[in-house]
Amino acid sequence: MKKDELPQDLGALGKITGEVCYVVDESGNYTTVLSNGWEVKSSALEVAWKDVEQRIQAAHQKVLNKEASPILFFMELRVMDIPIVAAYTGIWKWQVKKHLKYPAFEKLSASRLAKYAELFEVSVEELKTMKVDET
Amino acid sequence: MKLDFTHTQAAHCENGVTTSLLRHHGVNQITEPLAFGIGSGLFFIYIPFMKINNGPAIAFRTQPGLIFNRTCKALGIPVARKKFRSKEEAEKILMECLAAGQPVGCQVGVYYLTYFPKEYRFHFNAHNLIVYGKEEDNFLISDPVMEMATSLSSYELERVRFAKGAFAPRGQLYYPKEKREVTNDQVKKAIKTGINRNINLMLRIPGPIAGIRGIRYTAKKISQWRDKLGPKKAGSYLAQLVRMQEEIGTGGGGFRFIYAAFLQQAYAYHPIQELIDISKEFTRSGDIWRSAAVQAAGIYKGRIGSQADFNVMSDYLNAAADIEKQAFQALAKIKWKA
Repeated sequence: MKKDELPQDLGALGKITGEVCYVVDESGNYTTVLSNGWEVKSSALEVAWKDVEQRIQAAHQKVLNKEASPILFFMELRVMDIPIVAAYTGIWKWQVKKHLKYPAFEKLSASRLAKYAELFEVSVEELKTMKVDET
Repeated sequence: MKLDFTHTQAAHCENGVTTSLLRHHGVNQITEPLAFGIGSGLFFIYIPFMKINNGPAIAFRTQPGLIFNRTCKALGIPVARKKFRSKEEAEKILMECLAAGQPVGCQVGVYYLTYFPKEYRFHFNAHNLIVYGKEEDNFLISDPVMEMATSLSSYELERVRFAKGAFAPRGQLYYPKEKREVTNDQVKKAIKTGINRNINLMLRIPGPIAGIRGIRYTAKKISQWRDKLGPKKAGSYLAQLVRMQEEIGTGGGGFRFIYAAFLQQAYAYHPIQELIDISKEFTRSGDIWRSAAVQAAGIYKGRIGSQADFNVMSDYLNAAADIEKQAFQALAKIKWKA
Protein backbone atom coordinates (compact mmCIF):
# COMPACT_ATOMS: atom_id res chain seq x y z
CA MET A 1 0.00 0.00 0.00
CA LYS A 2 1.32 3.41 -0.97
CA LYS A 3 1.48 6.20 1.55
CA ASP A 4 -0.98 8.43 -0.32
CA GLU A 5 -3.47 5.57 -0.71
CA LEU A 6 -3.93 5.02 3.02
CA PRO A 7 -7.62 5.54 3.82
CA GLN A 8 -8.62 8.07 6.48
CA ASP A 9 -12.29 7.22 7.01
CA LEU A 10 -13.04 8.15 10.59
CA GLY A 11 -14.16 5.03 12.48
CA ALA A 12 -14.99 4.13 16.09
CA LEU A 13 -11.34 3.66 16.98
CA GLY A 14 -10.18 6.72 15.03
CA LYS A 15 -12.09 8.94 17.43
CA ILE A 16 -9.91 7.66 20.27
CA THR A 17 -6.59 6.89 18.62
CA GLY A 18 -5.02 6.76 15.19
CA GLU A 19 -3.70 3.32 14.32
CA VAL A 20 -0.28 2.56 12.94
CA CYS A 21 -0.26 1.34 9.35
CA TYR A 22 2.73 0.25 7.31
CA VAL A 23 2.92 2.01 3.96
CA VAL A 24 5.44 2.56 1.17
CA ASP A 25 6.69 6.11 0.64
CA GLU A 26 7.65 7.86 -2.64
CA SER A 27 11.11 6.29 -2.72
CA GLY A 28 9.79 2.77 -2.09
CA ASN A 29 10.75 2.59 1.58
CA TYR A 30 8.44 1.38 4.30
CA THR A 31 7.28 3.88 6.85
CA THR A 32 4.39 4.15 9.29
CA VAL A 33 1.46 6.53 9.11
CA LEU A 34 -1.50 6.85 11.44
CA SER A 35 -4.90 6.06 9.97
CA ASN A 36 -8.26 7.12 11.38
CA GLY A 37 -9.92 4.08 9.92
CA TRP A 38 -11.10 2.48 6.72
CA GLU A 39 -14.71 2.34 5.61
CA VAL A 40 -14.28 -1.30 4.49
CA LYS A 41 -13.43 -2.44 7.98
CA SER A 42 -15.81 -0.21 9.90
CA SER A 43 -18.62 -1.68 7.81
CA ALA A 44 -17.31 -5.17 8.64
CA LEU A 45 -17.51 -4.26 12.31
CA GLU A 46 -21.03 -2.95 11.74
CA VAL A 47 -22.03 -6.29 10.22
CA ALA A 48 -20.70 -8.06 13.30
CA TRP A 49 -22.73 -5.83 15.66
CA LYS A 50 -25.85 -6.12 13.53
CA ASP A 51 -25.56 -9.90 13.86
CA VAL A 52 -25.21 -9.51 17.63
CA GLU A 53 -28.25 -7.21 17.70
CA GLN A 54 -30.33 -9.77 15.80
CA ARG A 55 -29.29 -12.54 18.13
CA ILE A 56 -30.35 -10.42 21.09
CA GLN A 57 -33.74 -9.68 19.49
CA ALA A 58 -34.28 -13.34 18.64
CA ALA A 59 -33.36 -14.38 22.19
CA HIS A 60 -35.72 -11.75 23.62
CA GLN A 61 -38.60 -13.10 21.57
CA LYS A 62 -37.78 -16.67 22.55
CA VAL A 63 -37.91 -15.78 26.23
CA LEU A 64 -41.26 -14.04 25.78
CA ASN A 65 -42.50 -17.25 24.13
CA LYS A 66 -41.02 -19.21 27.05
CA GLU A 67 -38.88 -21.17 24.59
CA ALA A 68 -35.76 -19.97 26.40
CA SER A 69 -34.76 -18.42 29.69
CA PRO A 70 -33.51 -14.87 30.32
CA ILE A 71 -30.02 -16.36 30.68
CA LEU A 72 -29.98 -16.76 26.90
CA PHE A 73 -31.05 -13.16 26.42
CA PHE A 74 -28.35 -11.79 28.72
CA MET A 75 -25.74 -14.13 27.30
CA GLU A 76 -26.40 -12.65 23.86
CA LEU A 77 -26.63 -9.12 25.26
CA ARG A 78 -23.17 -9.47 26.77
CA VAL A 79 -21.79 -11.05 23.57
CA MET A 80 -20.97 -14.22 25.50
CA ASP A 81 -21.40 -17.90 24.75
CA ILE A 82 -21.88 -20.94 26.99
CA PRO A 83 -18.16 -21.59 27.66
CA ILE A 84 -17.62 -17.93 28.63
CA VAL A 85 -20.65 -17.86 30.95
CA ALA A 86 -19.51 -21.12 32.51
CA ALA A 87 -15.95 -19.88 33.00
CA TYR A 88 -17.00 -16.64 34.70
CA THR A 89 -19.68 -18.11 36.95
CA GLY A 90 -17.97 -21.39 37.79
CA ILE A 91 -21.14 -23.25 36.80
CA TRP A 92 -20.66 -26.34 34.65
CA LYS A 93 -21.22 -25.87 30.91
CA TRP A 94 -23.90 -28.56 30.77
CA GLN A 95 -25.73 -26.84 33.60
CA VAL A 96 -25.55 -23.44 31.92
CA LYS A 97 -26.96 -25.11 28.83
CA LYS A 98 -29.81 -26.47 30.91
CA HIS A 99 -30.46 -23.09 32.50
CA LEU A 100 -31.01 -21.60 29.06
CA LYS A 101 -34.33 -23.44 29.05
CA TYR A 102 -37.25 -21.78 30.75
CA PRO A 103 -38.38 -24.56 33.14
CA ALA A 104 -34.87 -25.03 34.55
CA PHE A 105 -34.53 -21.28 35.01
CA GLU A 106 -37.72 -21.14 37.08
CA LYS A 107 -36.25 -23.66 39.49
CA LEU A 108 -32.91 -21.84 39.94
CA SER A 109 -31.81 -21.22 43.51
CA ALA A 110 -31.36 -17.69 44.77
CA SER A 111 -27.59 -18.09 44.92
CA ARG A 112 -27.41 -19.28 41.33
CA LEU A 113 -29.58 -16.40 40.20
CA ALA A 114 -27.32 -14.01 42.05
CA LYS A 115 -24.27 -15.46 40.30
CA TYR A 116 -25.78 -14.97 36.88
CA ALA A 117 -27.04 -11.49 37.78
CA GLU A 118 -23.57 -10.50 38.94
CA LEU A 119 -21.96 -11.67 35.71
CA PHE A 120 -24.51 -9.84 33.58
CA GLU A 121 -24.23 -6.75 35.79
CA VAL A 122 -27.96 -6.54 36.54
CA SER A 123 -30.13 -7.10 39.59
CA VAL A 124 -31.89 -10.44 40.07
CA GLU A 125 -35.16 -8.64 39.41
CA GLU A 126 -33.84 -7.31 36.10
CA LEU A 127 -32.51 -10.73 35.26
CA LYS A 128 -35.97 -12.19 35.61
CA THR A 129 -37.84 -9.45 33.79
CA MET A 130 -35.21 -8.61 31.19
CA LYS A 131 -35.93 -4.96 31.87
CA VAL A 132 -32.58 -3.24 31.75
CA ASP A 133 -31.75 0.32 31.08
CA GLU A 134 -28.82 0.19 28.67
CA THR A 135 -27.26 3.33 27.44
CA MET B 1 5.70 4.88 41.55
CA LYS B 2 6.41 5.56 37.91
CA LEU B 3 9.20 3.80 36.06
CA ASP B 4 11.31 5.61 33.54
CA PHE B 5 9.66 4.13 30.49
CA THR B 6 8.88 5.48 27.04
CA HIS B 7 5.50 4.64 25.54
CA THR B 8 5.74 3.81 21.86
CA GLN B 9 2.84 3.05 19.57
CA ALA B 10 2.91 0.02 17.30
CA ALA B 11 0.60 -1.59 14.77
CA HIS B 12 0.34 -4.84 16.68
CA CYS B 13 0.08 -5.27 20.43
CA GLU B 14 2.49 -8.14 20.96
CA ASN B 15 5.09 -6.68 18.59
CA GLY B 16 4.73 -3.41 20.44
CA VAL B 17 5.16 -4.94 23.88
CA THR B 18 8.17 -6.93 22.67
CA THR B 19 9.79 -3.88 21.08
CA SER B 20 9.18 -1.56 24.03
CA LEU B 21 10.34 -4.03 26.68
CA LEU B 22 13.49 -4.92 24.74
CA ARG B 23 14.28 -1.26 24.11
CA HIS B 24 13.83 -0.61 27.79
CA HIS B 25 16.55 -3.22 28.30
CA GLY B 26 18.86 -1.39 25.96
CA VAL B 27 18.28 -3.44 22.80
CA ASN B 28 18.28 -0.34 20.60
CA GLN B 29 18.33 -2.23 17.32
CA ILE B 30 14.84 -3.64 17.80
CA THR B 31 11.91 -2.22 15.81
CA GLU B 32 8.38 -3.50 15.40
CA PRO B 33 9.05 -5.12 11.98
CA LEU B 34 12.24 -6.76 13.31
CA ALA B 35 10.39 -8.16 16.33
CA PHE B 36 7.64 -9.47 14.05
CA GLY B 37 10.06 -11.04 11.55
CA ILE B 38 12.48 -12.50 14.09
CA GLY B 39 9.46 -13.90 15.94
CA SER B 40 8.24 -15.43 12.64
CA GLY B 41 4.91 -13.68 13.10
CA LEU B 42 3.51 -14.13 9.60
CA PHE B 43 1.08 -16.99 9.32
CA PHE B 44 -2.28 -18.10 8.06
CA ILE B 45 -4.70 -20.57 9.55
CA TYR B 46 -8.37 -21.32 9.13
CA ILE B 47 -9.72 -23.67 11.79
CA PRO B 48 -12.93 -25.06 10.28
CA PHE B 49 -14.27 -26.76 13.43
CA MET B 50 -13.89 -23.71 15.63
CA LYS B 51 -16.12 -20.63 15.80
CA ILE B 52 -15.25 -17.18 17.06
CA ASN B 53 -18.22 -14.88 17.70
CA ASN B 54 -20.31 -17.27 15.61
CA GLY B 55 -18.03 -16.78 12.63
CA PRO B 56 -15.01 -18.54 11.13
CA ALA B 57 -11.78 -18.80 13.12
CA ILE B 58 -9.13 -17.25 10.89
CA ALA B 59 -5.73 -15.88 11.88
CA PHE B 60 -3.09 -14.08 9.84
CA ARG B 61 -0.46 -14.28 12.52
CA THR B 62 1.19 -16.77 14.76
CA GLN B 63 -0.16 -17.93 18.12
CA PRO B 64 -0.22 -15.34 20.95
CA GLY B 65 2.90 -15.22 23.09
CA LEU B 66 5.24 -16.74 20.53
CA ILE B 67 6.55 -13.51 19.03
CA PHE B 68 7.88 -12.33 22.38
CA ASN B 69 9.36 -15.72 23.29
CA ARG B 70 10.98 -16.35 19.93
CA THR B 71 12.41 -12.87 19.55
CA CYS B 72 13.92 -12.86 23.03
CA LYS B 73 15.31 -16.35 22.59
CA ALA B 74 16.86 -15.52 19.22
CA LEU B 75 18.58 -12.51 20.79
CA GLY B 76 19.84 -14.56 23.73
CA ILE B 77 17.60 -12.92 26.32
CA PRO B 78 15.97 -15.16 28.94
CA VAL B 79 12.21 -14.74 29.34
CA ALA B 80 10.19 -14.72 32.55
CA ARG B 81 6.55 -15.71 32.06
CA LYS B 82 4.07 -16.50 34.80
CA LYS B 83 0.41 -17.44 35.08
CA PHE B 84 -1.54 -17.28 38.31
CA ARG B 85 -4.34 -19.04 40.08
CA SER B 86 -4.98 -16.30 42.58
CA LYS B 87 -5.68 -12.67 41.79
CA GLU B 88 -3.87 -11.52 44.93
CA GLU B 89 -0.73 -13.38 43.94
CA ALA B 90 -0.95 -11.94 40.41
CA GLU B 91 -1.04 -8.40 41.74
CA LYS B 92 1.66 -9.08 44.32
CA ILE B 93 4.13 -10.33 41.74
CA LEU B 94 3.27 -7.44 39.42
CA MET B 95 4.00 -4.98 42.24
CA GLU B 96 7.28 -6.74 43.02
CA CYS B 97 8.37 -6.39 39.40
CA LEU B 98 7.52 -2.69 39.37
CA ALA B 99 9.34 -2.21 42.67
CA ALA B 100 12.37 -3.85 41.07
CA GLY B 101 12.16 -1.35 38.21
CA GLN B 102 10.85 -3.82 35.67
CA PRO B 103 8.00 -2.81 33.33
CA VAL B 104 5.82 -5.85 32.75
CA GLY B 105 3.98 -7.23 29.72
CA CYS B 106 0.48 -8.50 30.50
CA GLN B 107 -1.92 -10.56 28.44
CA VAL B 108 -5.46 -9.24 28.85
CA GLY B 109 -9.00 -9.57 27.55
CA VAL B 110 -10.52 -6.57 25.79
CA TYR B 111 -14.18 -7.00 26.79
CA TYR B 112 -13.71 -5.11 30.05
CA LEU B 113 -10.92 -2.87 28.79
CA THR B 114 -12.41 0.50 29.70
CA TYR B 115 -10.36 2.76 27.43
CA PHE B 116 -11.25 0.78 24.28
CA PRO B 117 -14.20 1.97 22.22
CA LYS B 118 -17.31 -0.09 22.88
CA GLU B 119 -17.42 -1.30 19.27
CA TYR B 120 -14.13 -3.13 19.78
CA ARG B 121 -15.00 -4.84 23.03
CA PHE B 122 -15.63 -8.47 22.15
CA HIS B 123 -14.47 -11.34 24.34
CA PHE B 124 -11.01 -11.41 22.82
CA ASN B 125 -8.36 -12.45 25.30
CA ALA B 126 -5.07 -12.19 23.47
CA HIS B 127 -4.42 -8.48 23.80
CA ASN B 128 -1.13 -7.29 25.29
CA LEU B 129 -0.11 -4.20 27.19
CA ILE B 130 2.66 -2.99 29.46
CA VAL B 131 2.27 -1.90 33.08
CA TYR B 132 4.98 0.61 33.98
CA GLY B 133 3.94 2.06 37.31
CA LYS B 134 1.25 2.71 39.86
CA GLU B 135 -0.04 6.01 41.17
CA GLU B 136 -2.53 5.77 44.02
CA ASP B 137 -5.01 3.14 42.85
CA ASN B 138 -4.19 3.53 39.16
CA PHE B 139 -1.81 1.35 37.20
CA LEU B 140 0.03 3.20 34.45
CA ILE B 141 -0.53 1.43 31.18
CA SER B 142 1.32 1.57 27.90
CA ASP B 143 -1.01 -0.05 25.38
CA PRO B 144 0.93 -0.33 22.12
CA VAL B 145 -2.09 0.22 19.89
CA MET B 146 -2.90 3.56 21.55
CA GLU B 147 -1.22 6.83 20.66
CA MET B 148 -0.92 7.87 24.30
CA ALA B 149 -0.14 6.04 27.51
CA THR B 150 -3.20 5.45 29.66
CA SER B 151 -4.20 3.98 33.02
CA LEU B 152 -6.48 1.41 34.66
CA SER B 153 -7.68 1.20 38.25
CA SER B 154 -6.39 -1.85 40.11
CA TYR B 155 -9.87 -3.41 39.83
CA GLU B 156 -10.03 -2.75 36.09
CA LEU B 157 -6.59 -4.22 35.54
CA GLU B 158 -7.38 -7.29 37.63
CA ARG B 159 -10.58 -7.78 35.65
CA VAL B 160 -8.88 -7.77 32.25
CA ARG B 161 -5.98 -9.90 33.50
CA PHE B 162 -8.46 -12.50 34.66
CA ALA B 163 -10.79 -12.41 31.66
CA LYS B 164 -12.31 -15.82 30.92
CA GLY B 165 -12.99 -17.82 27.79
CA ALA B 166 -10.72 -18.89 24.92
CA PHE B 167 -7.06 -17.91 25.53
CA ALA B 168 -7.93 -16.89 29.12
CA PRO B 169 -4.85 -14.94 30.24
CA ARG B 170 -4.98 -16.16 33.86
CA GLY B 171 -3.11 -13.10 35.00
CA GLN B 172 -0.25 -13.90 32.68
CA LEU B 173 2.71 -11.56 32.80
CA TYR B 174 6.07 -11.65 31.09
CA TYR B 175 9.28 -9.66 30.76
CA PRO B 176 12.92 -10.09 29.76
CA LYS B 177 14.59 -11.60 32.79
CA GLU B 178 17.99 -10.01 32.38
CA LYS B 179 19.55 -7.04 30.75
CA ARG B 180 21.97 -8.29 28.12
CA GLU B 181 23.84 -6.54 25.43
CA VAL B 182 22.77 -7.58 21.96
CA THR B 183 25.31 -7.29 19.16
CA ASN B 184 24.52 -6.63 15.51
CA ASP B 185 25.84 -10.10 14.73
CA GLN B 186 23.21 -11.55 17.03
CA VAL B 187 20.51 -9.54 15.24
CA LYS B 188 21.84 -10.79 11.90
CA LYS B 189 21.64 -14.38 13.06
CA ALA B 190 18.21 -13.84 14.61
CA ILE B 191 16.87 -12.46 11.33
CA LYS B 192 18.05 -15.58 9.51
CA THR B 193 16.49 -17.85 12.13
CA GLY B 194 13.22 -15.93 11.99
CA ILE B 195 13.01 -16.11 8.21
CA ASN B 196 13.86 -19.80 8.08
CA ARG B 197 11.24 -20.66 10.67
CA ASN B 198 8.66 -18.59 8.79
CA ILE B 199 9.47 -20.46 5.58
CA ASN B 200 8.74 -23.71 7.39
CA LEU B 201 5.54 -22.38 8.89
CA MET B 202 4.13 -21.15 5.60
CA LEU B 203 5.39 -23.83 3.21
CA ARG B 204 5.97 -27.00 5.17
CA ILE B 205 3.45 -27.11 7.97
CA PRO B 206 1.49 -30.36 7.66
CA GLY B 207 -2.24 -30.45 6.97
CA PRO B 208 -4.50 -28.45 4.64
CA ILE B 209 -5.66 -25.62 6.92
CA ALA B 210 -2.48 -23.70 7.70
CA GLY B 211 0.21 -21.82 5.79
CA ILE B 212 -0.09 -21.35 2.02
CA ARG B 213 -2.32 -24.43 1.77
CA GLY B 214 -4.55 -22.86 4.40
CA ILE B 215 -5.06 -19.79 2.18
CA ARG B 216 -6.05 -22.01 -0.76
CA TYR B 217 -8.32 -24.04 1.51
CA THR B 218 -10.04 -20.84 2.64
CA ALA B 219 -10.36 -19.70 -1.00
CA LYS B 220 -12.13 -22.94 -1.81
CA LYS B 221 -14.42 -22.65 1.22
CA ILE B 222 -15.34 -19.06 0.34
CA SER B 223 -16.51 -20.10 -3.10
CA GLN B 224 -18.88 -22.54 -1.34
CA TRP B 225 -20.11 -20.17 1.37
CA ARG B 226 -22.91 -18.59 -0.68
CA ASP B 227 -24.61 -21.94 -1.35
CA LYS B 228 -23.83 -23.52 2.00
CA LEU B 229 -24.61 -20.63 4.35
CA GLY B 230 -26.97 -18.44 2.36
CA PRO B 231 -26.07 -14.91 1.27
CA LYS B 232 -26.57 -13.27 4.66
CA LYS B 233 -24.44 -15.58 6.76
CA ALA B 234 -21.84 -15.78 3.99
CA GLY B 235 -21.64 -11.98 4.20
CA SER B 236 -21.11 -12.13 7.95
CA TYR B 237 -18.36 -14.70 7.48
CA LEU B 238 -16.61 -12.45 4.98
CA ALA B 239 -16.94 -9.50 7.36
CA GLN B 240 -15.20 -11.58 10.01
CA LEU B 241 -12.39 -12.46 7.58
CA VAL B 242 -11.90 -8.76 6.83
CA ARG B 243 -11.82 -7.89 10.52
CA MET B 244 -9.15 -10.48 11.26
CA GLN B 245 -7.18 -9.21 8.29
CA GLU B 246 -7.45 -5.44 8.59
CA GLU B 247 -8.47 -4.59 12.11
CA ILE B 248 -6.39 -2.92 14.71
CA GLY B 249 -3.07 -4.61 15.11
CA THR B 250 -2.40 -5.91 11.63
CA GLY B 251 -0.69 -2.89 10.11
CA GLY B 252 -2.92 -3.54 7.08
CA GLY B 253 -3.11 -6.38 4.56
CA GLY B 254 -3.12 -9.14 7.16
CA PHE B 255 0.39 -8.35 8.52
CA ARG B 256 1.84 -8.71 5.01
CA PHE B 257 2.97 -5.06 4.99
CA ILE B 258 4.76 -5.41 8.33
CA TYR B 259 6.55 -8.46 6.96
CA ALA B 260 7.56 -6.52 3.84
CA ALA B 261 8.90 -3.77 6.12
CA PHE B 262 10.81 -6.42 8.05
CA LEU B 263 12.55 -7.68 4.91
CA GLN B 264 13.57 -4.10 4.05
CA GLN B 265 15.05 -3.67 7.51
CA ALA B 266 16.70 -7.09 7.27
CA TYR B 267 18.56 -5.74 4.23
CA ALA B 268 20.40 -3.29 6.48
CA TYR B 269 21.93 -6.30 8.25
CA HIS B 270 22.19 -8.62 5.25
CA PRO B 271 22.83 -6.55 2.12
CA ILE B 272 21.34 -9.11 -0.25
CA GLN B 273 19.31 -7.65 -3.14
CA GLU B 274 16.78 -10.51 -3.02
CA LEU B 275 15.48 -9.28 0.33
CA ILE B 276 14.41 -5.99 -1.27
CA ASP B 277 12.85 -7.77 -4.25
CA ILE B 278 10.98 -10.26 -2.08
CA SER B 279 9.82 -7.44 0.18
CA LYS B 280 8.05 -5.99 -2.88
CA GLU B 281 6.29 -9.32 -3.39
CA PHE B 282 4.85 -9.19 0.13
CA THR B 283 3.68 -5.64 -0.54
CA ARG B 284 1.94 -6.97 -3.67
CA SER B 285 0.36 -9.76 -1.67
CA GLY B 286 -0.82 -7.31 1.01
CA ASP B 287 -2.36 -5.17 -1.73
CA ILE B 288 -4.22 -8.19 -3.07
CA TRP B 289 -5.53 -8.96 0.42
CA ARG B 290 -6.75 -5.35 0.56
CA SER B 291 -8.50 -5.71 -2.81
CA ALA B 292 -10.10 -8.90 -1.49
CA ALA B 293 -11.36 -6.90 1.50
CA VAL B 294 -12.93 -4.32 -0.83
CA GLN B 295 -14.61 -7.13 -2.77
CA ALA B 296 -15.83 -8.69 0.50
CA ALA B 297 -17.23 -5.32 1.60
CA GLY B 298 -19.22 -5.15 -1.62
CA ILE B 299 -20.76 -8.49 -0.67
CA TYR B 300 -21.50 -7.85 3.00
CA LYS B 301 -22.90 -4.44 2.23
CA GLY B 302 -25.22 -6.10 -0.27
CA ARG B 303 -23.99 -4.16 -3.30
CA ILE B 304 -22.93 -7.37 -5.05
CA GLY B 305 -23.47 -11.00 -4.13
CA SER B 306 -23.67 -13.39 -7.10
CA GLN B 307 -21.73 -16.64 -7.13
CA ALA B 308 -19.37 -14.95 -9.59
CA ASP B 309 -18.62 -12.30 -6.94
CA PHE B 310 -17.73 -15.00 -4.43
CA ASN B 311 -15.52 -16.62 -7.05
CA VAL B 312 -13.67 -13.32 -7.57
CA MET B 313 -13.10 -13.23 -3.81
CA SER B 314 -11.75 -16.75 -3.93
CA ASP B 315 -9.47 -15.86 -6.86
CA TYR B 316 -7.94 -13.01 -4.88
CA LEU B 317 -6.97 -15.41 -2.11
CA ASN B 318 -5.47 -17.86 -4.56
CA ALA B 319 -3.50 -15.04 -6.16
CA ALA B 320 -2.14 -14.01 -2.75
CA ALA B 321 -1.26 -17.65 -2.03
CA ASP B 322 0.66 -17.89 -5.33
CA ILE B 323 2.68 -14.77 -4.59
CA GLU B 324 3.43 -15.73 -1.00
CA LYS B 325 4.42 -19.26 -1.99
CA GLN B 326 6.91 -17.96 -4.54
CA ALA B 327 8.16 -15.34 -2.11
CA PHE B 328 8.89 -17.89 0.61
CA GLN B 329 10.47 -20.24 -1.91
CA ALA B 330 12.71 -17.37 -3.00
CA LEU B 331 13.58 -16.68 0.65
CA ALA B 332 14.49 -20.33 1.05
CA LYS B 333 16.95 -20.02 -1.83
CA ILE B 334 18.82 -17.04 -0.43
CA LYS B 335 22.54 -17.61 0.00
CA TRP B 336 23.29 -15.97 3.35
CA LYS B 337 26.78 -14.54 3.52
CA ALA B 338 27.06 -14.65 7.27
